[in-house]
Amino acid sequence: MAVIPQIALQVFRESVRDKVLYNLVLFAVMLIAASYLIGQLTAGQDVKIIKDLGLGATQVFGLFIAVFIGIGLVSKEVERRSIYSLLAKPVRRYELVLGKYAGLVLTLAVNIAVMAVALYAVLGYMAWVETEEFRQSWEAPATDPAMLLAIFLIFAQLMLVTAIALFFSTFLGPILSAMLTFGLIVVGHFNADLRNFENVVDSRAAAYLAKVLYYVLPNLAPFDVKAEVVHAQPVSLGYVALTTGYAVTYIGALLLAAMFIFARRDFK
Amino acid sequence: MTSRTHWWERPAPFAVAMVTLVAVFATSAEVRDRVYAGSRVETRLLYIQDGEVLTRMALSFDVLLADVYWIRALQHYGGTKRSEDGEKRYDLLGPLLDIATTLDPRFNAVYRFGAIFLTEGYPNGPGQPDLAIALLQKGIEEMPDKWEYYMDIGFIYYWWLQDYDTAAAWFEKAADVPGASWWLRSLAANTLATGGSRASSRRLWQQMYDTADNDWIRNESARRLTQLRALDDIDELIGAAQRFIAQSGRPPRSWEELIEAGLLAGFPVDPTGRPYVIDGTSGTINVSSDSELFPLPGETLPPS
Repeated sequence: MAVIPQIALQVFRESVRDKVLYNLVLFAVMLIAASYLIGQLTAGQDVKIIKDLGLGATQVFGLFIAVFIGIGLVSKEVERRSIYSLLAKPVRRYELVLGKYAGLVLTLAVNIAVMAVALYAVLGYMAWVETEEFRQSWEAPATDPAMLLAIFLIFAQLMLVTAIALFFSTFLGPILSAMLTFGLIVVGHFNADLRNFENVVDSRAAAYLAKVLYYVLPNLAPFDVKAEVVHAQPVSLGYVALTTGYAVTYIGALLLAAMFIFARRDFK
Repeated sequence: MTSRTHWWERPAPFAVAMVTLVAVFATSAEVRDRVYAGSRVETRLLYIQDGEVLTRMALSFDVLLADVYWIRALQHYGGTKRSEDGEKRYDLLGPLLDIATTLDPRFNAVYRFGAIFLTEGYPNGPGQPDLAIALLQKGIEEMPDKWEYYMDIGFIYYWWLQDYDTAAAWFEKAADVPGASWWLRSLAANTLATGGSRASSRRLWQQMYDTADNDWIRNESARRLTQLRALDDIDELIGAAQRFIAQSGRPPRSWEELIEAGLLAGFPVDPTGRPYVIDGTSGTINVSSDSELFPLPGETLPPS
């Protein structure tokens, strides 16, 4: 098991070498530029919009990293044929899968942590330059700690998306893996419709199938609490805990399936 | 074998070439925009008009998309208001605000500012108080505890529709919301008793000014208070014109006539410094059409 952290660190180093973390610079520049421009455009809504933009960009950047690196984690090793030298070492296949996953999650964690710090810094500056009277008119304080809940759930969602990408990566090529992962991300936001399908169709079989799909397909919409946080609506810790629990178990299932498939894959 | 260095690999020629190319394409764009500006068909389309559809398409970025539509609404309103076109069309303002509030139903600013924009009389706005009321009622459905929305509807009935009974009823509803400002109850009573009087209007806008939680609403209230001052000025000018009619048996054709008759000390200017205008044929007195106070709220009367 000690080999898993080593593989994880290797994946993290590789992503740094691949200049993945350069997106942080882009994020910071975008936030700073936007905070100035948006202030001129939005009739006093700059803090709200910077929060929306910062949280939205955190999610978008994270999704791209999770998908585009996730789909290559295993398939790239197979394409480059470096998988042979890896498997010749005293590394078990499941350790490789778990190590790769942990490495990308570490990359995402660092990425999101730096973005969160940048977002709070920009918002803190905006609060600092405003008058107390103006600050009173905001729905929530600029540096509202509740935003951390939204950021945490974004991270949980990205961990889940990474697991999906890794799962496909164990038996498909990168293009197909990317298409299927993006497909599941989209489906994951419409998933709730499947739950009440019996209200739309008469067929019991179709309604039953829809319900099965509701439970089987990832449900990503509950991870989005950005609007609640920005509008200072309460997000209970119970909700966050249950959503996190859902993510952890779903990730567990995906990793288990990925390990199972990868263990049986023939590379000859 | 020595490899030859091309000119574009050397920094100085490369920089000169880049600067030249950028200057050429920027200039060509500028010339094209100036010369052919009139021949371009302006795109004033909302490709997707249904906010619900957009909400689904936005996945989990609906709130961010609401910001985009809010900025579009601001640009549409501000751009149309400032445009030099003969006909100002604000036809996208209502749909843009509706979409923004469907994407983010708790977007407070869109309801309050949007209602101000929608009610503003032409040419400064579309003059659609009915749409403004509908927008605010949408906000009330989402956030029934926002007493400001009830008050804003009362304002629209008071100021734009001059329906003082309905205005008072909305102020009363606002006062009933837990946490509402204490003065709403007396505002409702005053509106019923003296609705339509200038003193009552002044009280209303002064309350709005004093309790505004942002610069936009405060500036708008200040502008309305200044318009009321202009209406007071116009009352005085009408008095002078009436005295002129009594002396000469006809309405004054210009300010010069009133000054020569000793009825005015000099050319009258509105509180923003723009001269008041008198129509030589009808005798109507008003603020200038290029004054920030134009148009005044329905009280530009000719001297009788």
